[in-house]
Amino acid sequence: MLEVENIHAYYGHIHALKEVSLTVEKGEIVTLIGANGAGKSTTLKTISGLLRPRKGSIRLDGEDLIRYAPHEIVVKGIVQVPEGRRIFGRLTVMENLEMGAFSCPDRRLNSANLERVFNLFPRLEERRNQVGGTLSGGEQQMLATGRALMANPRVLLMDEPSMGLAPVLVDSIFDTIRQLHASGTTILLVEQNARMALQVATRGYVLQTGTVVLSDTAENLRRNEMVRQAYLGES
Amino acid sequence: MKHSIWQDGIKIGLIGGGVGVLLSLIGMVEAFSQRHIISNVISMGHTLLLVIALLVGYMAAKRASQTQPLRVLANGLISGLMVGGLLALLVMVGNLVRLRAVFINASPVLYKLLTFDYGIGSGIFLLLCAGTFSGVLSGLFYLSPALARRVLLTSLSSVVMAGVLQDLLRPTFALWGPLAIINEWLFAANGLTIQGAVSLFILMALIIYFWAKRGSAVKTGFRGLPPTKQRALRTTGLLFLIIVLLILPQVLGLFLSEVLTIVGLFVLLGLGLNIVVGYAGLLDLGYVAFFAIGAYTIALLTSPELGFFGFSFWSALPFAIIVGIIFGVLLGIPVLKMRGDYLAIATLGFGEIIRILVLSDFLRPWLGGAQGVGKIPKAAIGSIEFAGPQQIYYLILAGCFLVGFISWRLRDSRLGRAWMAVREDEDVAQAMGINLVAAKLLAFATGAAFSALSGAIFASKLGSVYPHSFNVMISINILCLIIVGGMGSIPGVLVGAIALVGLPELLREFADYRLLVYGAALVAMMLFRPAGLWPEAVHRRELQEEESVGTETESLSGPEPGKQEGV
Repeated sequence: MLEVENIHAYYGHIHALKEVSLTVEKGEIVTLIGANGAGKSTTLKTISGLLRPRKGSIRLDGEDLIRYAPHEIVVKGIVQVPEGRRIFGRLTVMENLEMGAFSCPDRRLNSANLERVFNLFPRLEERRNQVGGTLSGGEQQMLATGRALMANPRVLLMDEPSMGLAPVLVDSIFDTIRQLHASGTTILLVEQNARMALQVATRGYVLQTGTVVLSDTAENLRRNEMVRQAYLGES
Repeated sequence: MKHSIWQDGIKIGLIGGGVGVLLSLIGMVEAFSQRHIISNVISMGHTLLLVIALLVGYMAAKRASQTQPLRVLANGLISGLMVGGLLALLVMVGNLVRLRAVFINASPVLYKLLTFDYGIGSGIFLLLCAGTFSGVLSGLFYLSPALARRVLLTSLSSVVMAGVLQDLLRPTFALWGPLAIINEWLFAANGLTIQGAVSLFILMALIIYFWAKRGSAVKTGFRGLPPTKQRALRTTGLLFLIIVLLILPQVLGLFLSEVLTIVGLFVLLGLGLNIVVGYAGLLDLGYVAFFAIGAYTIALLTSPELGFFGFSFWSALPFAIIVGIIFGVLLGIPVLKMRGDYLAIATLGFGEIIRILVLSDFLRPWLGGAQGVGKIPKAAIGSIEFAGPQQIYYLILAGCFLVGFISWRLRDSRLGRAWMAVREDEDVAQAMGINLVAAKLLAFATGAAFSALSGAIFASKLGSVYPHSFNVMISINILCLIIVGGMGSIPGVLVGAIALVGLPELLREFADYRLLVYGAALVAMMLFRPAGLWPEAVHRRELQEEESVGTETESLSGPEPGKQEGV
């Protein structure tokens, strides 16, 4: 469904991504794992159009995405849950969700999406009129995810959803991801928490200093010696 | 909370006393005492010091809880005493040392004022008593029930306002025969009469008291009416307001109409900048540039002095707005990637570029250089010419209605949502599918269009344009008025323009202290009402009242540190 082929991206002179290729098939959860600065978030940024690759191609169902602006890519169906949640702190939960539906003018679809989000996160429905900034970290992550779902994504890009959350909330975030998967959402998940990520994912890619060093099914990656040592902290 | 009982009172009192001494030394007290609030009883200068003592007393009293009345009174007393004491100290020092060598205003007149004309000895005693007394009064005020506080505060401040704005009220009443009686009752040659002040106080107190008792009943009664009746009542109210606005210049006379037109021009400017800063969160410090562009486009197209086109005002107006929009976009493109402080500096530069361009000798044949352009024709419809302030008022009023309506519709539009998202978080806005480039350029263009309209009316109002009318202070002024009014709020713009443009025009005789008061008001605003006098949040709260009453409203009205970002 989503095919990223040999992309090279730069921050100024810094060669941040060197020939990164990956694919995400419909209904899959694919995870990108790697250390800080390995290029995980950069890959997401490139896919969502915020960073233009110098070489390579990004295709969604065969259509080249590189010529589109970021807001057009959202309309095409690639929606990001940004790193650090980045909800609109001064707007209410409802307004945040409405903002998520900005790219999607179909009202009926929006109310169906809203229902779906509230089913997934009943907590958000309880707090629909609360200001986003006053939510707890876990609720903010729910809101950020819900907001992205309001855009009716075909591929959901999740950037470090477990960052800065208490362990119990991390579990619930991954439960949500499983639920989304079960309902057929396609997800590209970037995580530092490799252990959890590899538990929910179908396949995974390991990034090191801007290149894919390893790609396999999640199960095989979990067993891989190098992954176990470097990312799962086992010896 | 283990510090001594005296500490709060002394600390706050010293601050207040310091302010009092400062205001005396810079001559504000003396200048203000020219005008009497209540004729031959209290002058504005004394009122100023009294207000300081009362305020300080209240703040000190507030440090203690209402359950400890003695402590409250002690705090008030001490702080009041401190204010009086510092002023007394000033009088004593002034009598020993020639302060005048440094402070030109430390004159015998000032000392006479401070000692109430009773000479050093008893005067200082009186001063101390007055300070102490006001402090205690504030303490009592703090202890009194909320309703009494509200009644007292509103009635007293309306008496003071009536005194301060006597030059506004007196001619207004004088215009209509029957109302002249009010004038005689209320006003003496300088200031209110005693009976006038007392009756005004009682009247206001009664109104506030009854509104407090019955106000909620009236409101629920209104809500209980069937929707059609509610709408009818609203329409009547609106019609009444429009009629008042329409006859206003006839009632207020020439000078006040002039003030109104100036306020109106700033409302237009404020509504435009409100879109750029308030809606889209783009801090633009060069906003005056578009005002200048609108004014100069009119000048270029209409003035026979330049002799290029000789358009009428109306046929030049669309061009002025279009040129404004073009420049808005032209400015927008290079600063698309800039944020916050960087954007502010870049736009500041743009404003200066435009001012220096119109000032330059290079463009002199077209734009008149330092001499400006004169003989700009007045706008006219048929045989009605918008010549004086009383006619131009209607032109500006129409502009304000139009621009206000557009602002209001834009706010709730899809574009308005996009701006809101951009203001809150640019990156996420983009990730939500918002076209950042379009949203920003449209904000700049809309703001520039409103500003150019204001500039066009300004040019035709003055009949001439000069480069020095378009300095950076205008931009700062507009920014201040939308901050004071409340970012993103349409009525806030009106309130801000009245407070920061209208009031200073009315109090011209104290123009020396304009910037001081201005600065103090801004600091106070940021401390006590960071969201503005008429914040947008109120509106939002109203809309959601049925659904939620609890948590959300609290967190919206509270001072939020994040509220000031981008200012």
